[in-house]
Amino acid sequence: MSGGMLTLRAWRDPILVAISLVALWQVLHEIAGDSAVTAPAPTLAHLWEMIGQARFLPHLRETSLAFLQALAIACGGGVLIGVVLGGHKLTGEVAEPILVALYSVPKITLYPVILLLFGLGMPAKVAFGALHGIIPVVLFTMNAVRNVNRTYLRAGRAMRLTPAQTGWYVLVPATLPEIFSGLRIGFSLTLLGTMLGELFASQRGLGFLLMTAIDLHDVKTILSIAVLISIFAIAANAALLAIDKHLHRGAAPEVSGKP
Amino acid sequence: MSKAGWIRTLLLVGAVGALELACRTGAIAPTMVTAPSKMVTTLIKTLQSDEIGMHLRHTLSAVAIAMSIAIVGGFVIGFVLNWVPFLRRAFSPFLAAYYAIPHFAFYPLLIVIFGLGPVPLIVLATLFAMVAMILATMAGLDRVPRVLLKTARIHRLSLIEEIWRVRLPAAAPHILSGLKLAVAYSFIGVIAGEFILSTSGIGHEIAFAYDNFDNPRMYALILFVLGIVTLFNMAVFAWERRMLRRRGA
Amino acid sequence: MIAGAPRLAAVGDEAAYKIHARLEGVTRVYPPRAGHAEVHALGPISFDLRAGEFFSVVGPSGCGKSTLLDVLAGLAVPSAGTVEFEGKPVHGEVPDGVGVVFQEDASFPWLTVEDNVAFGLRRAGVDAAESKRRVDFAVAFMGLRDFSRAYPSQLSGGMRQRVCIARTLVMQPRLILLDEPFGALDQQTRLLMGDELLRLWRETSATVLLITHALDEANLLSDRIGVMSARPGRFLDIVETGWPRDRDSRLAERADFGAVTSRLWSYLRGESLRALGQGTAAR
Repeated sequence: MSGGMLTLRAWRDPILVAISLVALWQVLHEIAGDSAVTAPAPTLAHLWEMIGQARFLPHLRETSLAFLQALAIACGGGVLIGVVLGGHKLTGEVAEPILVALYSVPKITLYPVILLLFGLGMPAKVAFGALHGIIPVVLFTMNAVRNVNRTYLRAGRAMRLTPAQTGWYVLVPATLPEIFSGLRIGFSLTLLGTMLGELFASQRGLGFLLMTAIDLHDVKTILSIAVLISIFAIAANAALLAIDKHLHRGAAPEVSGKP
Repeated sequence: MSKAGWIRTLLLVGAVGALELACRTGAIAPTMVTAPSKMVTTLIKTLQSDEIGMHLRHTLSAVAIAMSIAIVGGFVIGFVLNWVPFLRRAFSPFLAAYYAIPHFAFYPLLIVIFGLGPVPLIVLATLFAMVAMILATMAGLDRVPRVLLKTARIHRLSLIEEIWRVRLPAAAPHILSGLKLAVAYSFIGVIAGEFILSTSGIGHEIAFAYDNFDNPRMYALILFVLGIVTLFNMAVFAWERRMLRRRGA
Repeated sequence: MIAGAPRLAAVGDEAAYKIHARLEGVTRVYPPRAGHAEVHALGPISFDLRAGEFFSVVGPSGCGKSTLLDVLAGLAVPSAGTVEFEGKPVHGEVPDGVGVVFQEDASFPWLTVEDNVAFGLRRAGVDAAESKRRVDFAVAFMGLRDFSRAYPSQLSGGMRQRVCIARTLVMQPRLILLDEPFGALDQQTRLLMGDELLRLWRETSATVLLITHALDEANLLSDRIGVMSARPGRFLDIVETGWPRDRDSRLAERADFGAVTSRLWSYLRGESLRALGQGTAAR
């Protein structure tokens, strides 16, 4: 098959999705009216205008900075902790149920504690975003390390690899696809956590703008910001998903049974 | 209990003990964290007051409604999407990107549309929980081994029988794990919404206590929420395990 | 036969060579799919399955053995040609009186051994007393009596395959199709299961068609062996073994046993090489 065909096919779905989402948005606007859902075209124009304004940029910068720092902590710390928990069986068994329980509770209730510990502002947002993102990274990394096929390690020994060689040529390639899947989910949850943090008791950032817009009943601004965040989230996720799929290309298909 | 279980229990007990000690000795100021013993005593006092029952009822009823819609709706939608390839192709890109979006960014919009009250909370939690159920239902039905479907044909089952006797039981483990997620996400959705902005509910009470510098009450309620949600999640988890244990899943 | 045991099949003993199933000019072609050319998987194949015989099909991997079975069972529709079972055409629906056992584990993990075995009877509306009688017999016959309340996850692969065979047996099939049923089992278990299959065949007087890639197994179990070519699969020859009906795995000790296996291998060596090449080219 030609490369041109492939690019066309790769772009077809996202474009169709974007078109149908805008169409759905327009329909919602027709049903709900301007006071609830503003139409796509004016909203996007408003977003464009907002991005150009000097008073908007500090908020965007605040949110981006908080997110990036939280992401760095979630990814770096998560992989590190995950490798330890995966490598040491007992430690992993002790920690896993705690992590799973923490994943399934409304972590927002812990936000006041973080605010008391870090004070209002950037560090609290970073901590809260990282708290959301780090759990999936740890869980995925731990499982990736745990599930490394023992035969690979035996093959490495049979080929008389040094521990460093085994690490670099066997363990890293064997665990990378799973770890990356964890990072992808960690990315989304870090963003979720950062946004949650900004929606409560915040004085700067996109979340703060969202909350102030409620009082002004400024639907256009609310939608603009929500759409901006969603576009960023979806685009980043699509890129990460593409890399994820590429890394998993050698993995066995999950569907059982003969073709 | 397993060795890991004992260590975990000791670790948690030790952590609570250390916190208690640190608070009693003043190493941690009461403006930061209250002592665990005080959290418990305040919690007991708080639970004896009438208005907390009202908040709890509001939260739990919103969670129950969101959970029911998410589970039933998610199952039906997942089933239909799995059955109709055209719809599945159309919707799968949405589903793949769905959990990348920070849904709570749309909560302000929901408040503007539905007004402050239980409705935006239920909508938020349902939106958050339902897709987990859809994805799990589809994954479960996708992974029904072909040989079991062939077996159904050999026994000349009707379509309804095939679905009821073979497809659904074979997909059950995935569907149950989706259900588990839908329960957890419903709690997260409702309580997070209440916390950010609402007029009642447990999440609102925590935020209210924070705003009023009422640390003992805030910590008591945090303990309460984390406790009941964890208990509820564990109950669902244990139920799932019991359903699956004999199947060696 | 065990005294008082119900009769598990109902094939008349009239003509020695009564035709039980017939394939005429059967082919199976998979239409081209995205990125793949059309695949001519099978045929044309024509042959008669004699009532009450044990017929095996051997052939290189990917030669369409399983497709042949699917077409005969009514699980797949032939692209050309006709399939008949007991004089009636088979077309995309499993006829009454045909039982199939697959290579993959087809036991239902959510049912006990007993309920697995009773599955077909309940769906067919057989009354409870009769159903229980047949299930008890099949469970005992397959040596599963101590496990009747167990779930498949508690059993070994070989035991699970017995459950699937018992589930087929209770339906009293007149034609039993087996698609490499022992393919996933170890050699010792295979030999034991082979003996049990022979016992089952003798005592039910059903017709058996077995797909296998193990030449010794085909040799030991069969009255006739169809040797298939590489894709598209056709019969190169149908070898008559001439073994006595009352046989078991000790047959392998006979001097003339090896000669039949050698003959099968001489047919298949070249075909297997060709199939290996097809496999590599397809990657």
